[in-house]
Amino acid sequence: MTTEVLIPVQGADCAPVLRERGQREVFCGLTGIIWLHRKMQDAFFLVVGSRTCAHLLQSAAGVMIFAEPRFATAIMEERDLAGLVDCHDELDRIVERLLKRRPDIRTLFLVGSCPSEVIKLDLHKAAQRLDALNAPQTRILNYSGSGIETTFTEGEDACLATLVPEMPAANGDAAPNLLIVGALPDIVEDQFMRLFAELGITNVGSLPARKVADLPAVGPQTLYLLAQPFLGATALALEDRGATRLDALFPFGAEGTTDWLRAAAEAFGVDPMHFNRVIAPGRERAKRAIEHSRERLTGKRITFLPDSQLEVPLARFLSNELGMIPVEVGTPYLHRDHTAREVALLPAGTRISEGQHLDRQLDRVRADRPDLTVCGLGLANPLEAEGLSTKWAIELVFSPIHGFEQAGDLAELFARPLRRRDILKV
Amino acid sequence: MQLAVWTYEGPPHVGAMRVATAMEGMHYVLHAPQGDTYADLLFTMIERRAKRPPVTYTTFQARDLGKDTATLFQDAVREAVDRFKPQALMVGASCTAELIQDDPAGLAEAMDLPCPVIPLELPSYQRKENWGAAETFYQIVRKLVDKDLRPAPREGRQPLVNILGPTALGFRHRDDLVEVRKILDALGIAVNCVAPLGASPADIIRLGAADFNIVMYPEIGDEASRWLERTLNQPAVRIVPIGVSATREFIAAVATLAGVDPAPALADNASRMPWWSRSVDSTYLTGKRVFIFGDGTHAVAAARIASEELGFEVCGLGCYNREFARDVRAAAARYGVEALITDDHLAVEDAIAAATPELVLGTQMERHIAKRLGLPCAVISSPVHVQDFPARHSPQMGFEGANVIFDSWVHPLVMGLEEHLLTMFRDDFEFSDDAGASHLHRTLPKTADAAQPVEDTALVAAQDLDTPSTIQPAQGTAAWTTEAERELKKIPFFVRGKARRNTENFASASGRAEIDLATLYDAKAHYAR
Repeated sequence: MTTEVLIPVQGADCAPVLRERGQREVFCGLTGIIWLHRKMQDAFFLVVGSRTCAHLLQSAAGVMIFAEPRFATAIMEERDLAGLVDCHDELDRIVERLLKRRPDIRTLFLVGSCPSEVIKLDLHKAAQRLDALNAPQTRILNYSGSGIETTFTEGEDACLATLVPEMPAANGDAAPNLLIVGALPDIVEDQFMRLFAELGITNVGSLPARKVADLPAVGPQTLYLLAQPFLGATALALEDRGATRLDALFPFGAEGTTDWLRAAAEAFGVDPMHFNRVIAPGRERAKRAIEHSRERLTGKRITFLPDSQLEVPLARFLSNELGMIPVEVGTPYLHRDHTAREVALLPAGTRISEGQHLDRQLDRVRADRPDLTVCGLGLANPLEAEGLSTKWAIELVFSPIHGFEQAGDLAELFARPLRRRDILKV
Repeated sequence: MQLAVWTYEGPPHVGAMRVATAMEGMHYVLHAPQGDTYADLLFTMIERRAKRPPVTYTTFQARDLGKDTATLFQDAVREAVDRFKPQALMVGASCTAELIQDDPAGLAEAMDLPCPVIPLELPSYQRKENWGAAETFYQIVRKLVDKDLRPAPREGRQPLVNILGPTALGFRHRDDLVEVRKILDALGIAVNCVAPLGASPADIIRLGAADFNIVMYPEIGDEASRWLERTLNQPAVRIVPIGVSATREFIAAVATLAGVDPAPALADNASRMPWWSRSVDSTYLTGKRVFIFGDGTHAVAAARIASEELGFEVCGLGCYNREFARDVRAAAARYGVEALITDDHLAVEDAIAAATPELVLGTQMERHIAKRLGLPCAVISSPVHVQDFPARHSPQMGFEGANVIFDSWVHPLVMGLEEHLLTMFRDDFEFSDDAGASHLHRTLPKTADAAQPVEDTALVAAQDLDTPSTIQPAQGTAAWTTEAERELKKIPFFVRGKARRNTENFASASGRAEIDLATLYDAKAHYAR
C-alpha cells in the first residue's frame, strides 16, 4: 500500500520531495461547503451521500448547523441502492421539496460523495435535468467533494472549476480585467479591492463572487491571481477560457502580499513609484504587527502535517519573515507550477513531503520533536499529551489570514500555542 | 433518500469506533475512503481523549478502485498488527467500502493473523450508531468469551458481577460507572469486568467468571447480555439506576441476585434530591409542563423522575432510536401522551412548539430548538457537545446522579421566588418587556412606543415566541382586541405563550369571536389550578 519516492522538485533549489501513500488523516472535499456556503450567499449545497457524510458536515460545522445553514445531505438508504432509476426520482423529489422550502436559492450545487460515486450515480446528468426544470429561477450545478477524489480544500477547487463555464464571456475588445481566484473572507477581499483601486486597477472581480448570480466575466484578456494554492483545476478551467495566470507568491505576510500585489501592478503597467507609495503603509503595518510574535517564534522548529495545501506558502512566511525553521512541510498535494517560487524560498534542507503514511509520519514527528506541529484535530490532543505543542490546522482555513492587515493575526495563530505552553503552571 | 441537516446518530461504524476506543489492547481496521478519519476528532475533541482512537483506515482513493483495494486492505491489516500488536483485531467496512464489496472478514481470515479477528457486518444504509455499538460489542463477546468458564463456588467469596455498556463518547458514562461501583462496594459485591470501557480482550474472555451482569446502557450492552444469559446462564439486572426510585429498585435487584442485604446501599444518605424536591421553594415546580426527548433509556428515566420525583407534568415524550420505540411507547402511555419516535429534528421541533412546554429535556439539538423557542432546557442524552463532557464529576446514575439531575434541570427554570417577584412586579418598569434582562448590559436603544412589536434584542427569546409565525392565531381563531393584546404583553414572556394558547383554546371552545380583557381573565379562571 505504500511507496516512497524521492523526486526532485522543479524549484530553484531542487529540494527532493518525499512522496508517501498510506493512511491519510485528512478531511474530504465536502468540508469545503462549510466556508463556501458562507461566501456564496445565494447558493445551497446538497450533498448526495450517506449518513457518514451528514455526520461529517455536522461534526465539522459544529454549532453553525443550527443557524438555518444553506447546506444539507440527501442520505441514501437501502432502497436507493436497489436501482438507479429510483435514485434519480428520489433526488428530484428532494430537490423539489428543498426549493419549495427555500425559494431564495439561486444556485443549487449537487455535491457528489464517495457513495454516490462508487454506485456511479450520474449527478452531472441529474443536475442538467433539474437545471432545465428549474430554469431560469434556479441554476443547478454539480461537482464532487468525495474523499476518493478530493482532499479538504480541493472541494473548493472542484466547486469553483464548475463555476468557470458559468462565467459570462468578456467582450472581445474589452480592456484587460483582473480576477482574484479563491474564496476569501469578505473583509480581506474588500481590503484587496481597495488596494487595487488605489493602484488604478479598476476592473477587478472575484471568483467566487458573493452572489453566484453576479459572476465576473472571463476571456482572453483576463489576468488572474490565485489567492489560494489549492486551485489547480480552477486554474485549468480559467485557462481553457483564455485567461492567463499571474505568477506570484501567495499573499501571506508582508512579503507574500507585496509580491502578489506587485504581480498585478506590473501586468497592468502601474508605475513602480506609485506602487511603492500605495502599498507602503500596509506593508509597514504588517511588519510592525508581525514583530509582536517574532521573539516567540524565531529559531523555533515547525512541522506541518498535510491538510490544506496552504502548508508550503505558510512555511515560507514563517521562515522568511519570522525566522522559524521548517523541519518537515507535508502537503496533501504539491502543485509544482503554482508553488515553484514558494518552494524555492524555503530554507535548504527543508523536508517536503507529499501525500501521507500517517504512522510513519508520526514516527518522524516524534524523532524530530519540533517546537510546533501543525496538524488536524484528530491528532492535536494526542500529540499534546505526548508533550508536543500543536497548532490545529483547520483554523488556518476558517480565519482571515491573507493580506497586510491580517499578517499579525497569522503570526499570532502560531505564537499563541507556544505562549500558552509557557504560561501554564499545571 | 432522506433530507437531513442534522442527525441524532452517526453511521454504525462510528458505534464500532466507540467500542474499540473504549477498550484496551483492541485495534480496528476500517476499510474506508480518505476523509472518514473525521470521526477521530469526536473522540479527541468532544471527549478530549489524549490518545488517538485505535483505528487504522485503509484510505482508498478513486485511482485504487477496481484494482487493488483488497490488497490495500490486507496491507493495512498487516501493518496495524505489526505496529500495534493488538490482543484482538476488529475489521469492517464503512459505508463506501460496503458498496465495493471487498469482504474484510474473508480477507482478514485468509491472512492467518497472530490474534483473533472479529469481523463486523454493519449495514450502513439501514442502521445507525447505537446499533453499530451494540452489534460490535455483541460480536466481540461472542467471539472471545470462554464458553466453559463458570463462576467459582460461592462459599467464602464475594459475589462477582460484570458491568456492561459504558463506551467512549457516552453521555456521562465515566461518572455513572463511579456511582454504580459505589453501590456495589456498599453491597460488598466485587466487579469481574467492566466492558467495553477499559476492558481488554483478555478481560472479555473471562466474562463467564461473574455471577451475573449489570446492563448499564441497554442501547449498547443488552444484545451481549442476552447472549450471555442464553449461553452461560448468566442472569442480568436491566434496571437503569437513573433517579432516586430507580436507584432503589436497582439496589434491591442487584442485592437479590447477589444474595446480599440491600440495606447498606439503601441507607446511603448522600441523596439530597428528595429533600430538595420537598422543600417549599420547589412548590413552584408543581405541574410544570416538560417535553422529553433523547435516547430511549434516558428519555424513559427522565420521564419518571420528572413525574414522580419533581412533580412535573410530562407533556411530550419521545426518542430517536427506533430500537427502543416499544419502551418509550409504554412509558408515554403511562403519562397519557403520544410517543414521538423520529430521527427528524424538524418533527421534534414541531412537536415541541405544539406542546408549549415550560421546560425541554433533550439532546444538544433540543437545546437549540428550545433556544429558538425561548424555552428553558437541560440536556439529558447524547448527542451532546463538548461542554457535556465536563471535567467535574457529574453522573446521571445513583444518588449523586439524582442530585446532579435536580440541579441541572431546575436551574434553567426561573426559581420559585424569582417567578413570584416577576409576577408581582410585572408592570414595574424594570420587569417590562422593554427592560430586558437585568443582568445584561443595555447596548441597544429602546423603541419609543411600547405598543410596537417587541424589538429588544436582549429579549430575543421572548421575541421568537411573539413573532407572527409562531403565535399568530390559527385560521378560525378569535381575534385579539388591542386592549387584551396589551394585557397579554404584561405576562412574563416565559409563560406568555401558554397563556395565549389557553386563551385562544378557551375562546374557540366557548365560541367567542373576539378575545377581549374579559375573555383573557375568564380563560385564566377556567384554567386556574
